[in-house]
Amino acid sequence: MLNNGQGASLGVRAGRMPMFMARIYRRLSATGPYFTLLGLVLWVGTWWLLCEVFSVPRFEKMPGPVVVLSELFSPQPFLGVSVFTEEYYAHMWASCRRIFFAFCIATGVGVPLGLFMGWSRKFRDYTFPILEILRPIPILAWVPLAILMFKGFESPVIFLATLASLYVSTLNTLLGVDSIDESYFRAAGCLGSKPHHIFWHVVVPGALPFMFTGLQISIGVAWFSLVAAEMVSGDWGLGYLIVDAYMNNVTVPMVIGMITLGFVGWFTSVLVRIVGDRMMQWRTRALAMENR
Amino acid sequence: MKPETTAAGAPTSASGKGRIELQHVSKGYGEAWERQEVVSDVSLEIAPGKLTAVVGPSGCGKSTLVNLVAGFESPESGRILLNGRPVGGPSHERMVVFQETALMPWLTTYQNIVFGPRIRGDMPKKALHEEAVKLLDKVGLSEFKDKYPIQLSGGMQRRAELARAIINRPKLLIMDEPFRGLDAMTRELMQEFFLRLFEENRRTNLFVTSEIEEAIILADHLVILSNRPARVREVIDIDLPRPREFAMLGSREAYQYKRAALELLHEEAMKSFSEQQSVQAGLIEAISSRGS
Repeated sequence: MLNNGQGASLGVRAGRMPMFMARIYRRLSATGPYFTLLGLVLWVGTWWLLCEVFSVPRFEKMPGPVVVLSELFSPQPFLGVSVFTEEYYAHMWASCRRIFFAFCIATGVGVPLGLFMGWSRKFRDYTFPILEILRPIPILAWVPLAILMFKGFESPVIFLATLASLYVSTLNTLLGVDSIDESYFRAAGCLGSKPHHIFWHVVVPGALPFMFTGLQISIGVAWFSLVAAEMVSGDWGLGYLIVDAYMNNVTVPMVIGMITLGFVGWFTSVLVRIVGDRMMQWRTRALAMENR
Repeated sequence: MKPETTAAGAPTSASGKGRIELQHVSKGYGEAWERQEVVSDVSLEIAPGKLTAVVGPSGCGKSTLVNLVAGFESPESGRILLNGRPVGGPSHERMVVFQETALMPWLTTYQNIVFGPRIRGDMPKKALHEEAVKLLDKVGLSEFKDKYPIQLSGGMQRRAELARAIINRPKLLIMDEPFRGLDAMTRELMQEFFLRLFEENRRTNLFVTSEIEEAIILADHLVILSNRPARVREVIDIDLPRPREFAMLGSREAYQYKRAALELLHEEAMKSFSEQQSVQAGLIEAISSRGS
């Protein structure tokens, strides 16, 4: 109730301000971001207490937040990587570039594959069993073969990341086509659609919501397998940075690599979501109306 | 066979007035040993420029009848003729307005309305736009032309759907319980709106409903179907004068129509009830005889 009253008065006050100010005002007056901040502080605080203040057994080996952050932001890093070194960005760039290629290939192949599988019964009968057999094979099991099959450092890593995200995008797209209500197909048929009209005007837009959920998951999966692959084969990249630190028996760059991975992975998945929301105005508005 | 056949095809002024004939149409489902007949030997004429309402006990096969006339399914025996020619698959000559809304959620109201002519490409762009604007105005959705279906109320969605159907100038408009799921108030407004729309152009209309009063106030001919499998039990000609008013439902004639129709429907509903009971009794007998 209190919340309601506040919301109404905020709305009135925001109404008299210019658009962008009102937007900033609304952002600042929402409670969400403060909770997020509080959560972050609590989390880092716990980490700090466990590792640096009390040095709880098993946690004494883990570098605490103070050590990690001071190393990460120091102009002359003691152990080689910080935001001021070129090396840090080279690792990040190497991984991002691989993810970019892997994600593009996986989407370019997986989405059409899923669409056709959902659209044509016959095509699904041909392809689905193969996909189901290949899917449970862990990506790590592919590593030796990938190294033998592809030359250099780049292509095996990209191959492995592609493979993992391909399954996810294909299956989610297929699910998206299956989720389309029969009545839209009927309506389209009634309105005189030929099969290719139905494909472009019903199957594709109807599958979009599930497809983009799938793409968000698939870019995450691409990151998992990329790092696994970089640990085995590679000369640059965040995964390599972590393994390299392990080889040299230093823990701080390891944690720097992990944190960076987390942030970059999150960022990429947000990017995918933004593109999805752009392409699905109709759905974004529907969700907004339900206050989600 | 009929003079209308010569005019078939070209969208003339008489384009909304097709003549539909069902000749001994039957349809069932399942394999021979467990076949369930849903529509049985239905012969029916839907006169040009008239509104034929079909009522029947729930689950009697009304929707199957709609699917057959629309071309989503084909009859096992018998023929369905439009202006003397047998009908094939779904076509914009026989437009369906669906039970629950089947507007494409990813298209705006305007895009939904022009969908049919646009994909068929059988209307010049400018004429199509003008027609769409005119129709939007007629159904009172001009302000909502750029909204998505989810942003419209139930009544607005039904009106948009009507506009989407009418723009195709169908020879027959098939309405499958079009106002189901609306609240009582909206429903009555929609009925009144639809009544005006029909009386303006008198397009041949097949109106399936389970509401007897709705059928009486709208229809020229009231077809009462039997319990499953659907047969034509009776055709009542409704001779209320046009233009119709809702107040006419209080008239003596309307009351008599209603009573006659309800009596028949009651009889049919009872049949299904006693049939179920006899089936149950048979089952119980079979089980107990096996036990002994």
